[in-house]
Amino acid sequence: MKTLSNLFRNNIREYGMLIALIVIMIFFYFMTDGILLKPINITNLVLQNSYVIIMALGMLLIIVSGWIDLSVGSIAAFIGAIVGVMIVKWEWNWVLAIAIAIIVGGLIGAWQGYWVAYLKIPAFIVTLAGMLIFRGLTLVMVRGESIGPFPEGFRNISGGFIPDFFNYEGFHMTTIVVGILVSILLIIADIRTRRNQLKYGFEVTPFYFFVAKQVLLTAAVMGFCYLMASYKGIPNLLVIMFPLVVAYSFFTTQTVTGRRIYALGGNEKAARLSGVNTDKLLFLTFVNMGALAALAGTVVASRLNSSTPNAGEGFELDVIAACFIGGASASGGVGKVIGAVVGAFLVGVMNNGMSLLGVGIDWQQAIKGFVLLLAVFFDVYNKNKGS
Amino acid sequence: MSEVILEMRNITKTFPGVKALDNVSFSVEQGEIHALVGENGAGKSTLMKVLSGVYPHGSYDGDIYFEGKECRFQNISQSEEVGLVIIHQELALIPYLSIAENLFLGNEREKLGIINWNETVLRTKELLEKVGLNESPNTLITDIGVGKQQLVEIAKALAKKVKLLILDEPTASLNETDSEKLLELLLQFKKNGIASILISHKLSEISKVADSITILRDGATIETLDKHKDDITEDRIIRGMVGRDLTHRFPPRETNIGEVIFEIKDWNVYHPLHEDRKVSNNVNIKVHRGEVVGISGLMGAGRTELAMSIFGRAYGTRISGKALKNGQEIDISTIDKAISNGIAYATEDRKSYGLVLIEEIKDNITLANLGAVSRNGVINEPKELTVTREYKDKLNIKCSSILQLALNLSGGNQQKVVLSKWLFSNPDILILDEPTRGIDVGAKYEIYTIINQLADEGKAIIMISSELPEILGVCDRIYVMRDGKIVGEMPAKEASQETVMKHIMFDQEVPAP
Repeated sequence: MKTLSNLFRNNIREYGMLIALIVIMIFFYFMTDGILLKPINITNLVLQNSYVIIMALGMLLIIVSGWIDLSVGSIAAFIGAIVGVMIVKWEWNWVLAIAIAIIVGGLIGAWQGYWVAYLKIPAFIVTLAGMLIFRGLTLVMVRGESIGPFPEGFRNISGGFIPDFFNYEGFHMTTIVVGILVSILLIIADIRTRRNQLKYGFEVTPFYFFVAKQVLLTAAVMGFCYLMASYKGIPNLLVIMFPLVVAYSFFTTQTVTGRRIYALGGNEKAARLSGVNTDKLLFLTFVNMGALAALAGTVVASRLNSSTPNAGEGFELDVIAACFIGGASASGGVGKVIGAVVGAFLVGVMNNGMSLLGVGIDWQQAIKGFVLLLAVFFDVYNKNKGS
Repeated sequence: MSEVILEMRNITKTFPGVKALDNVSFSVEQGEIHALVGENGAGKSTLMKVLSGVYPHGSYDGDIYFEGKECRFQNISQSEEVGLVIIHQELALIPYLSIAENLFLGNEREKLGIINWNETVLRTKELLEKVGLNESPNTLITDIGVGKQQLVEIAKALAKKVKLLILDEPTASLNETDSEKLLELLLQFKKNGIASILISHKLSEISKVADSITILRDGATIETLDKHKDDITEDRIIRGMVGRDLTHRFPPRETNIGEVIFEIKDWNVYHPLHEDRKVSNNVNIKVHRGEVVGISGLMGAGRTELAMSIFGRAYGTRISGKALKNGQEIDISTIDKAISNGIAYATEDRKSYGLVLIEEIKDNITLANLGAVSRNGVINEPKELTVTREYKDKLNIKCSSILQLALNLSGGNQQKVVLSKWLFSNPDILILDEPTRGIDVGAKYEIYTIINQLADEGKAIIMISSELPEILGVCDRIYVMRDGKIVGEMPAKEASQETVMKHIMFDQEVPAP
């Protein structure tokens, strides 16, 4: 019995926020009489949170390297404005426009990164300035009005769904097939990890626990796919987002550069003396953030079907909150991509659930604030107890 | 027989799974200097934390009597109130506040919350005089050296009307002169009736000033020696600490010195902030294959600055001079280039500069050479685990797993992780800056053994150390540095503590090598 309670205690730290997410989902499920898990709402949830998740991937790297970026909402708005001007006013091809937008985002990141990494201005100040600069430039670009509407192809980025290769009335079979494939891949990956751990003599969770985890995971993936299949299937956005999450997760855990970012945030001096080019690395995390903020800005424009001056307002707070709720440390060196994604969903489910319940935006803000505080407290408390 | 000022009876303190202190009894007499020795992890710091109230009454078993009264401290301020002041190894001063502000921090000369600056400055001057520190009370802490900071800490203790001063490794980061000064100060306090508990790894200074010595091992008192009754020798203390005879404090080595592998010529470095200050002045040094070269000198002589400037210009500006490896000039203008040219530098400050404490041992070991465990930028985890395990075994790093955080290791084991990191980068020239600072006798011996092995493998080692016996015991050849210049060079066989010290202290002609 002792091992079971130990197991529980060790894993509550690992999966704490995931459990919190599930609890909150169950809570809202009952409070909204099941609307929360209606296929259309689940699809909406994914679409609504896509830009927070996309930006959280970049923000996590910045927070892990020990800094913060307050400007991402403004950058997203600015890029949205540029995209609007290019596509609607100049009638450029939208694919080209997106490519240019992402490059511009990278350049904006480079601009900010240069100030932070090479001129040694604290990121809090540089990006606070960026927040004002790019919000201001957005207003300049759109001259205080909305630009739109966009062509169908561009709208489909956030509004479209993957095609169905089967013909079942009212049910998107391809989604289920994709779900099965993803589940199998996840299981194979987990088995490989476990086999490696065993091979190198590391302690692993008991087999029944492992099996239970696989069953739950598969059930979650398949349940999710089933819900989406009952509506219109997998949204195009998810096809962009899911590989991004996987790629960043891989990048942070398996690559040399990823490892070095953690070292940089954990102890910059030690990293530098170990031959890591810390300035360049920090610069690149900002470039990456800019590019991801640009992608998010494009998605927002596509979703709103217009470029508006106040798009992306307050996004930076949701994005930063997602990372911290997901277990990233404000002092750098600690944080997981999966944590940030779970954190983003937690914020998203709360936004969505409270909106469904008709809670005003005023109370939503206050409640989110409390949840952020509690989540970080829970994390810190657990860590202190662990050591 | 003087009175007992402090008595700790049957102290037992357990942490989950570990008995840190097992029935320890310990007493200090009025006005004596009592040394507390033991290997890292023997329980010295835990005992002092119990004493000063860091671990409140009730979290341990046993009784504490101070001046005959039973004490049940709930926190540090209660223990300070009765005159028990502890000075920690890591100094607790605020760098951007002045000496005066630091001295009275938490103990301000105030009325209704408004500080009386005149009284503060006046009292500061008095206290600084008592500790022999000639600095203005308005000087910022960041502008004075570690040695002086230590004195400020002691003045701070005096401001609190200390009766029993506890010093945790006070001389660990001090050079010989500053250490000397500090010990003098303790002796002077003793005359004024202030007792001290001195925790130290430096046996020479203990035998110099201590009246009695208590040896802890594995959380238990081994014995208490009295200077006036017992015959105290360093060997006896070491035997008590490690529970075995260390017949030699330095492992023997067959030296097998090859050709010159690395050479620095006409090396000049300027201070990064005060650009007209030369921190390395026309330095010329060379090291042979299989040779251990020591650089001796006072703190502030420019040894670390020299080493770091060589290591990819990690320190200093306007660096000029040539670096030659095997007779060829090499480019070591960045740390990356220095590493790929086979140079490694293990820092003196492993916590701030050597390790990423919140990361695993494994990640720390591979950090400087991730290329060797990856392909196309992707880390090969099995390979990484295999090599880090090898280093764990080879250097005998004591840990539950290589996935343990570096944070939770003892000083000696942290140092082994730093060494592993640099060994894994496969250097030809290894610069070790104070490799045994703040680690216990047993671990020191292990580090010396590793140094010997490396030299046997044909690597060249440059060792910076402030401990003269260590320089003499480990090195083949010794350079002495003062004020950024090399002022002496001698084979270790011909050197003695006295001759090296003379070079350190006095201006002498550089003998022809």
